[in-house]
Amino acid sequence: MDFQVVVLAGGTSKKLLPLVSKEVPKALLPVANRPVLSYVLEQLEVSNLKDLIVVVEGEDAAFHVGGWISNAYVDRLHVEVAVVPEDVGTAGALRAIAHHLTANDILVVSGDLVSDVPPGALAAAHRQHDAVVTTMLCSAPVSGPTESGSSGGKDKIKKPRRYNVIGLDPSKQFLLHIATGAEIEKDIRIQKSILRAVGQMEIRADLMDAHMYAFKRTVLQEVLDEKDRCQSLQEDVLPYLVQSQLKSEVLLNGVLQAEENRNEKISSQTNQAVVSRILANASTPSFHELYASGNSGSTPVRRIHKCCVYIASESRYCQRLNSIQAFSDINRDVVGDASHLSGYSFSAHNNIIHPSAQLGSRTTVGPHCMLWEGSQMGDKCSVKRSVIGRHCRIGSNVKVVNSVVMNHVTIGDGCSIQGSVICSNAQLQERAVLKDCQVGAGFVVTAGSEHKGESLARK
Amino acid sequence: MAPQKKGAAARVTEDTEDLTRHPLQSILLADSFTTKFRPITLERPKVLLPLVNVPMIDYTLAWLESAGVEEVFVFCCAHSKQVIEYLEKSQWLSQPNFSVVTIESHNSVSAGDALRWIYERNVINGDFVLISGDTVSNMSLTQVILEHKERRKKDNNAVMTMVIKQSKLSPVTHQSRLGTDELFMAIDPQTKQLVYYEEKDFKGIIPLDNALLADNPSISLHNDKQDCYIDICSPEVLSLFTDNFDYQHLRRHFVKGLLVDDIMGYKIFTHEIHSSYAARIDNYRSYGTVSKDIIQRWTYPFVPDVMFFGNSAAQLEREGMYRASEIEQSRSAHIGPFTVIGKGTRIGNNSKISNSVIGKGCTIGSNVLITGSYIWDKVTIEDGCDIRHAIICDGVIIKSEDVLESGVVLSFKVVIGQKCVVPSYSKVSLFQQPTVEDSDEELEYADNSLGTLDSWCSLAVLMLDIIHHVVINVLSAVFDMDAIYYPRVSITGTVDTLNGEMISEMLPVSQQSGMLVRLDYEFKFSLSAHFATFVINFVLAVDVLESKLRFSISALVEFSSSIYLGPGGVGHVWSICEGGHEEEWRHSVAPIPAEKLAVATQALEDDLELLNLDGNALSTSAELKPDRNGTDSEDDDFEDSRDDSIYYEKEVEATFLRAVNENIKVPDIILEMNSLRADIVGGMESARLSYNMTSADCAGAIFYAMMKQALEIPHSTAGELRDNAESVINAWKKLLEFYSKEIDDQIEVIMKFEEMCLESLKEFSPLFALILQILYEKDILEEDAILKWADEKRDAEESDKVFVKRSEKFIQNGGGPGGPGGPGGPPNIGPQQLSKMQQQHRI
Repeated sequence: MDFQVVVLAGGTSKKLLPLVSKEVPKALLPVANRPVLSYVLEQLEVSNLKDLIVVVEGEDAAFHVGGWISNAYVDRLHVEVAVVPEDVGTAGALRAIAHHLTANDILVVSGDLVSDVPPGALAAAHRQHDAVVTTMLCSAPVSGPTESGSSGGKDKIKKPRRYNVIGLDPSKQFLLHIATGAEIEKDIRIQKSILRAVGQMEIRADLMDAHMYAFKRTVLQEVLDEKDRCQSLQEDVLPYLVQSQLKSEVLLNGVLQAEENRNEKISSQTNQAVVSRILANASTPSFHELYASGNSGSTPVRRIHKCCVYIASESRYCQRLNSIQAFSDINRDVVGDASHLSGYSFSAHNNIIHPSAQLGSRTTVGPHCMLWEGSQMGDKCSVKRSVIGRHCRIGSNVKVVNSVVMNHVTIGDGCSIQGSVICSNAQLQERAVLKDCQVGAGFVVTAGSEHKGESLARK
Repeated sequence: MAPQKKGAAARVTEDTEDLTRHPLQSILLADSFTTKFRPITLERPKVLLPLVNVPMIDYTLAWLESAGVEEVFVFCCAHSKQVIEYLEKSQWLSQPNFSVVTIESHNSVSAGDALRWIYERNVINGDFVLISGDTVSNMSLTQVILEHKERRKKDNNAVMTMVIKQSKLSPVTHQSRLGTDELFMAIDPQTKQLVYYEEKDFKGIIPLDNALLADNPSISLHNDKQDCYIDICSPEVLSLFTDNFDYQHLRRHFVKGLLVDDIMGYKIFTHEIHSSYAARIDNYRSYGTVSKDIIQRWTYPFVPDVMFFGNSAAQLEREGMYRASEIEQSRSAHIGPFTVIGKGTRIGNNSKISNSVIGKGCTIGSNVLITGSYIWDKVTIEDGCDIRHAIICDGVIIKSEDVLESGVVLSFKVVIGQKCVVPSYSKVSLFQQPTVEDSDEELEYADNSLGTLDSWCSLAVLMLDIIHHVVINVLSAVFDMDAIYYPRVSITGTVDTLNGEMISEMLPVSQQSGMLVRLDYEFKFSLSAHFATFVINFVLAVDVLESKLRFSISALVEFSSSIYLGPGGVGHVWSICEGGHEEEWRHSVAPIPAEKLAVATQALEDDLELLNLDGNALSTSAELKPDRNGTDSEDDDFEDSRDDSIYYEKEVEATFLRAVNENIKVPDIILEMNSLRADIVGGMESARLSYNMTSADCAGAIFYAMMKQALEIPHSTAGELRDNAESVINAWKKLLEFYSKEIDDQIEVIMKFEEMCLESLKEFSPLFALILQILYEKDILEEDAILKWADEKRDAEESDKVFVKRSEKFIQNGGGPGGPGGPGGPPNIGPQQLSKMQQQHRI
């Protein structure tokens, strides 16, 4: 497969403060005690996509990410780590590394994607239609702390957050409309020309653009060159390509190699079309082709390009780690409902307790929990639906519910932690009570203090 | 267990009771409230027009009967007598288990009126089927009525179920094969609720309310469905029409009204049919299409060889050819596929007929070629005619060797003379085309009193109008006069004879500055009933300063009906009204010609181009702003409001000019201006277009009009222009003052002035400072306003500051004693100091 993969690993996202730091960029945040980036890389490896460029924002972040990758994947993947300045946006990042791109098709994946959807399936869909862009859609995750159990009755009827407004053709293969970002709160504006060409459009609010795209390289480069104000792939490049699909401007001006390519291709193009149609298992040409040929005959009179989608089945897990809420959700899911993602084998109690971990007497670790290497817990502790990292020292009578505790955390006796994230090297002194808090790396929570919904970090 | 069962049983019986208590009723509108079938519908109502030799209403009634409807209320308005007479003659009124009741109205102009009228009658007592009498269908109503009733049980607000059907639109003309315009619908795929309905709009974007997706995660948008105009309605629909007395059109007002206004929460649902047939005959194209569908048996059992009411069975032969009895056909005549020949028709040698319908008792000569045409009863076609894609009504005589190009419509009893070529899309009728078209919701009325005499009179008036214009043009050409000084030429006259000559002594006399204009003209119109040329001879005598000038002008005015119908031809060729012309080919029975398709394709391209240029769709993302808040819609609004303000300016100018010319007093103008400001533009439907103008906009627009007025007054030097401006300002000072009371309004005036000097009225640009001074001296502009304006401009670009610089001197001088310096202020203030000074003022 002639696919080049670009993994956009980001830098230290401000949205994730205080979880991230210079030492722990977003890509290295632990999900079930593995860096989040490892989930993407492993999926790519499974799909046999081993030629990767990992793009990291900022030198420091790149140093740490690069170090980790070279340790973990030295023999398995061919990875280049590219550094781009901070805040250039996803499109900017690609623009910066454009000269590295050589393959016909480029797969762009966000490094914060935790998913079991095989990227190979997306690549195949992309090839099948000879599309300029194929995007992966998955069911919009139902976000929010499912505090089932202790406070399950309190759950309000919460509408799922809307991530995207997406228009699909009836065969659900083509992307006809996409609204992202601020646009989704506004009225939906559908282009009539596209609706006319396709006849029927399904508008969905329950799908999410998973930020995994396959681009035709020439088109991607041209768009990035021409539209030099584009910052984001998701909010600018993709909507642009979708909106102009029946009035294609790409490959129109300049780009000599594209011309050459096409000249070569002309003979094989008809063949390709036939093949792609057979692959598509459709006896009739797609609306694009019908539209392109107008009614005058077989020679295409209009310039079109195709924007396709690959819709992951609902049973697949797919979520992006781009908020603190998502961080907690994903950690909970990976040791819970989506435990197959973690790659660990769970015990009979549906939890993982590392052999080297020590538990005091009458301490219980419930299902959907993880207690990792060298951590110690005192007596009469209780852990529910939580992840606890390496070498943590936890005193007695500690309650940990719905929380993530990273490595080397010290928790004093009688603490209660609920719905919180405790970063590495933090210290909770005795009887601290935390609810829905984030504790930054190395922070010390004083004895007996109570916090609710706070973000605690070193100044 | 037992009581539960009982309860269920009771419910079932209740259900059946529910169904049986009210017989299934239907309202059949035997008036389409449109004029699409004119000129034919001037003489006969649309529902009685034969469709494959059977009146349309018979298809509708036969289907209603077969679908289990028990009571039909036929609403008649246009030609109600004819409809009632027909129903009385037919057997429809005497059917067992199927009652047909006619309801007559004489003053309904829309479906809304009709339903209100029926509501008053209080005859509908349950769910009913609402259709118009031009519907051909064979669908079963059981399913849709069941669905409707089920929904009603759960949700009392589900008042209507609309039947829709898949229909592929032409990618080029955007119309369905029935010739209807494209339709955009949004339907909830789960509940089938209709959430959006748009018939005709020229925007390239469909705006969907964001809230729609809040309730359901998915919506289907359709461009591939056709509205069958078969509605299952609950009785509330009638009362809704009565409550909203402005609802006229079933779709444009009622459906849109319910969808947009969700206060009452009424809902409309859709029911899609797949295998059965349903179509409404809305125009000539759908007439042709449905006829073909009937011949090709899509409407079974309502086909020519099956007896149903009103038809006499024909025999189906090979190739989809139907022949009734008693046909006399020459051996050498060739009758092609998909053709229906009515009873008692005679066809001569070597004639070829294909894809056509021929009515009863027609006589077709030899060597006649007929394709794709619909020929009704008792039509005579003489030898050697060539007829393609025409509709020919009863009693028409087409003499030998005539050619009807495609799309021709010949109404009742028209005669086409020999060797005549009737051009494409001509419509010929014995009736004159009514000159005044009803605006939006036209009536399918026939005003029999509009006899020939009246129509000739109206024609003559029209002619006089033309003459009036000619005279004015001549006057202005000869004397090079300004428009406002035109003498008002009033012309009166009588039409003495219809045919022949009319000489009139109408003397528009104007005495102005010693000028006497005297106009004699001779007005000849040579007319046969269908051929009109007007020859006008003017003798214009003008005495100017005692020197006599005489002009003789001959004008040949050809009236639109200059198509010759041949010797002995009878009928008026209807002019194709403006704007409608483009539509002719869309709605004609003729196939769309290739060149039109090419044009349409081009238009389509342009459309897309336009879309790109507008930048709404494409360049938002291309030229995105760093902050992505408000890209699309705001741009749009901005565009709109700009258009609005230009339009508004024009209106204000016109109002102002009229005020100047007619000497209207200031308070009256203010009243008028205010109404403009808040008024809705007539003709534009959307209430959003009301000018939402502030008084600042008003002041700007008025000032603009004033300056324009000043410019109109003849002047040779800039000084004179200044004087003109001063006098105009003097005259209308009060008006301007009224709108520029606030400082901000006054600033707006200055800005407007600046803009004018730069763009539209450059003549004022050297006078900027002078006129500013005038305005200041007349107390229209306060010093604060001027200072604030200058201050605002301080940080502007150099090019923007031209006028500030020019008026610098004036500002600095402070207007002399008591000037902007104010008490205690420094006598000379540089622009740099302005802001400081202003702060002092504020304090």
